[in-house]
Formats: sequence, C-alpha cells, structure tokens
Amino acid sequence: MGIDLAIVAAKAVVVVLMVLSLAGLLGWVERKGSALVQDRIGANRASVLGFAGLGLVNTMLADPIKFLTKEDVVPATVDRRLHLLAPCLNLFPALVTFAVIPFGDVLRLGGREIPLQVAQLNIGVLYVLVMASVGVYGVVLGGWASNNRWSLLGGLRGSAQMISYEIAMGLGLISAILFYGTVDLQEMVRAQAGGPLAWGFVYQPVALLLLLTSGIAESKRVPFDLPESESELVSGYFTEYSGVKHLMFFMTDFVEVIIVSGLVATIFFGGWQVPYLGPQGFELAGGRIVALPHLVVALLQVAAFTVKVVALCWFQIMIRWTVPRFRYDQLMRLGWKGLVPIGLANVMVTALAVVGLG
Amino acid sequence: MALAVFGLLAALLLVGALVVVLHPDSVYSALALVGVMALLAALFVTLDAHLIAAFQVIVYAGAIMVLFLFVIMLIGRPGSGGPFARGKLLWAASGLGAAALAVGLGTMVARSALPTPDAGRAEFGTTTTLARALFTTCLLPFELTSVLLLIAVVGAVVLAKGRPRA
Amino acid sequence: MVPTGYYVILAAALFAIGALGVLIRRNVIVIFMAIELMLNAVNLAFVAFARQLGSTDGQVFVLFVMTVAAAEAAVGLAIIIAVIRNRESVFADQNALLRW
Repeated sequence: MGIDLAIVAAKAVVVVLMVLSLAGLLGWVERKGSALVQDRIGANRASVLGFAGLGLVNTMLADPIKFLTKEDVVPATVDRRLHLLAPCLNLFPALVTFAVIPFGDVLRLGGREIPLQVAQLNIGVLYVLVMASVGVYGVVLGGWASNNRWSLLGGLRGSAQMISYEIAMGLGLISAILFYGTVDLQEMVRAQAGGPLAWGFVYQPVALLLLLTSGIAESKRVPFDLPESESELVSGYFTEYSGVKHLMFFMTDFVEVIIVSGLVATIFFGGWQVPYLGPQGFELAGGRIVALPHLVVALLQVAAFTVKVVALCWFQIMIRWTVPRFRYDQLMRLGWKGLVPIGLANVMVTALAVVGLG
Repeated sequence: MALAVFGLLAALLLVGALVVVLHPDSVYSALALVGVMALLAALFVTLDAHLIAAFQVIVYAGAIMVLFLFVIMLIGRPGSGGPFARGKLLWAASGLGAAALAVGLGTMVARSALPTPDAGRAEFGTTTTLARALFTTCLLPFELTSVLLLIAVVGAVVLAKGRPRA
Repeated sequence: MVPTGYYVILAAALFAIGALGVLIRRNVIVIFMAIELMLNAVNLAFVAFARQLGSTDGQVFVLFVMTVAAAEAAVGLAIIIAVIRNRESVFADQNALLRW
C-alpha cells in the first residue's frame, strides 16, 4: 500500500516536472519560432560567457529569475484573496489534466508492473473535460479580481469562449470514444498498434480537426486569443497581474498547449506507439523479431510520445504566427454554428459506421 | 480510513455551505458553492459513482456556476440595505425552522438504522452501466430531457434578450 | 465502508442550510444559489441510497435532477436578468409589490 502510493507520487512528480520544463522551454521556442516566421533573429541576448545553449540559459536562468524577482504589484482597490486565488485556480486544473495521459506502456521494474499513466481512472478521457470545465474559473476570477472594467470584460469573454468550445471538444471526444469503444486512454493507445496506418487520424479525421481546433480555442491561443489579445487589450484578463502571478497565467497558456498536444497525440497519433514496436522488440514483416531489452522498449515508447507531443506543440506555435486573429463574434459563430453541427454529424456518422461495419 | 475521509469531506462541506449562506459578498458565496460542488463530487467518488462525480463537476461546477458568476459579475450590483433580511423575528423563525428541519430529518434517518453498504460490484458507477441504463430502460426520459434543455435554451435567450429598444 | 445513514444525515444538514439561506438572504441570486445547494443535498441522498441498494436507478435519477437543475438555472437566471433590468433592484423584498 505504501509502496504503491510512493510509485504513484513518483510518477506524478516526474510528469509535473517534465510538463513544467517543457512549458518553460516552449516560451523560448515560441520566441524563436515567431522569429523564424517573421524573418528576424529573435531573443538572443541571454547568454552566460557567450554560451546561450539553445535557449536553455534564457529559459532556465533568465526567465525564472526575471519573473520571480519582479515586484508583485497588486492594485489598491482589489480583493486580495481573489487576486491571489485566480492564477492558482488557472494553473491547477491545467497541470492536473496530465494524470490521465499515458506516456508509455507498462514498466516492469523489480517484479512490479508499473503502468506509465499517473491515474487509471474509471472515467478515462472524461477527466479531461472535467478539468477543462474547472479551468474556466481562473479566467473569470482573474478578470473580476482585477477591479478593472476591461479586464472583467476580457475575463467574461474568455470564459464564454472556453465553455462554448468545451462542447465541440466533447463532441470530438465522443466520436473518438465511439470509434475505440472505450473511455480509457491507455486502451485507446493500445488499439493503435502496428504502423502509422493504424493510428486514429486515419479513421477519425474530422474528430482530429475538432479536437485540435477546440483545444486551441480552449487555451485561448491565436487565432482565438481576443480575450487576451496582446496587441489590443494589453493582456486582457490578466493585465493587473505581475511577477509570479503573471508567470502562473503565462505558464498555463503553454501547459494547455502541451495538454492539447498530448491529448491529440494519444488519441489520434498513436500515443507512445512506435511503428512496428511490440513489447518484445521490433516486429518486422515475415515474423522476424528484433529482440530488445524491456527497458529499451519502454524508453523508446516514452521518447516516441515526447517527440509527437513536441511536434504538435511546434505545429500550434506555427499556427499562432501564421493565422490572423478571429473577431469575437466570428469566434463564437465558428464554435456554435460551425463546430457543433460538424461534431454532431461526425458522431452520427461514426455511430452508423461502428454499428454497420462492426 | 474511509471514515476519516468522509469526516473531513463532511466538515469541509458544512463549512462551505455555511459560507454560501452567510457570507455578505455574493461572489464569495458563488465560489463557496463551487467548492461545495467539487467536494460533493469527491463524496460521490467515495460512493463509487464515478460518472456521476464527473458530471457533477462538468455540469454543475463547470457550467451552471459559471453562469451564476456571469450574472453576479455583470448585473448583481449591491444595493442598499445589506445582504441579510432584517427583522429579528425572521431570523429567529428561520434559524429555528432550519434547525428543526435538520434535527427532524437526522433523527428520522438515525432511527431507521440504515446498514453499511457491502463491497458492491465493480461496475456500479462506471460509464457502461449508467449508459446501458440510460439508453435502454430510461430512454424516453432521456429524450424528453433533451427536449427540456432545448426549451430552456430558447426560453433563456428570449427572456434575457429583452425587447429591442425602439 | 461508511454507513449510508451518515451520508443521508449530511444531506439533511446541507438541505437545512440551503433552506436557511433561502429564508434569510435578500439577494435573489444568492437565494437561487441556496436552492441549488438544496438540490445538491438531494443528489447526495440519492447516490448514497443507490450505492446501498446497488441499483443504477438512483444514479439515473441523479442525472435527470442535474439536467433539470441546469435548465432551471438557465431560465431562472434569465428571469432574474429581466427583472433586474426592469426594476433596477436585485433584492427580493424590494421586488415584492406588483406595480408598473
């Protein structure tokens, strides 16, 4: 009992640390990626003795030091408890969502089978919807606690956008659940074994588009970022936050990018599946097996998952710097009149296909 | 162990409910109600009703309470006269009434000697069990509920939109 | 396992606190929130009994209560918005008279 608890705690700590590191790194990747798109050099001033280490100095030293040592400016007329609560309420559901995303198969260590997924829940992928629902409160409170009319409007708009796109996300997830026949994410990944043509995106392309679009809209990234539009509303609902609180809001943005990438990779791109890699080693055509030790197999699977997540994060960053921003009514129209009917039609077609073709 | 978890959740629930009812600021009341709903979802998980717990958070805490917060933040301006009703008689009567209700219900429950539930089947609160019941036995209420939701959406839009200004 | 009676007593206490809220608060939105608290207490009792009997009917009922509460919250808040827009007052005792 104690050992099991310790193992779960260790998994949780590993996942949270990896996610936070990747989120920090994504900040630098975003700046360099935008520089690539806009044909300029980007951030290149932070370096230690001339060594900039591919952005590691910027991310691991400069940015944290900057955010942690900045003065925490709290406006005088603000409700201090809500002002403190809002960034925490924003970051917590985003981080906790990773409890259901599997980053590998099982790890056999010292006679134990450790599933590489922090929590094996009954409700599986519905947990992601639960945490997406809770994530709305950080935005609403951030706007309200700023005691600033435009932050409030930005916060209310942002939360209205989030709950609208939750529906599209739910419909996309329903089609995926119908297709795989299970709510459990680990089972979904196991069903995608054997080469890229067995992955989810071949069978559920519409659900992939739905999930990707609504995921980007949920995290309020461009092209859906009018609530926080950095060129128009300063920072929208988190204008009045500085220092560590701003870091928490900012980090939530990147953590949600990683969530969307992780979810899409798991459901549609095979998760931790490496093409033709089975539990014993590479299974090539003709029945030959290139045997590999178990730890190498597990490492390859985790590496494959990481590569897919990073690739999808890069894709989202490229979208940000390519596509112009939606106006708010266009955004809501897309969510309600565009994605919801498409999602419903997809659910119906998937259900007919599953029942008809077996 | 299970009793300790239940005790902790129950204590937090009662504190949260009292904050909902007694705090003068309506935003704090709404946030306390969100906390109460999340704690109730935790209680549902201890009762093995996992899907209901997920729905509790998605529907209640994630949608309905956000709607409440919207209305409070946009329109619920605090007026004059304070948040609580005036009149000692009203307070005394309400307090006595609520206490009588709680005590009455509590003694009724305590006297009926409800047993401890047994270990139970593993598929008590899973998605498949509930879905099977919803789509076979209770299909008609399910479809009627969807019509009800449609009516509610149309009604809410009509009511909140108001008359176009001439 | 925790006896079912404990859950039901907790539900009764929550229900009583909700009833107290309806009686002593003036702000109609907070009154509505107290009503939601009562609905949640009833949900808790339903799930506790369903767990004791091992039946799915209790859970299905909870689902319907949740859905109806959602519909009621939407329409109720729309009514409140319409009343506030016309009367400029959010307090129950100031909206007590039927007048123009």
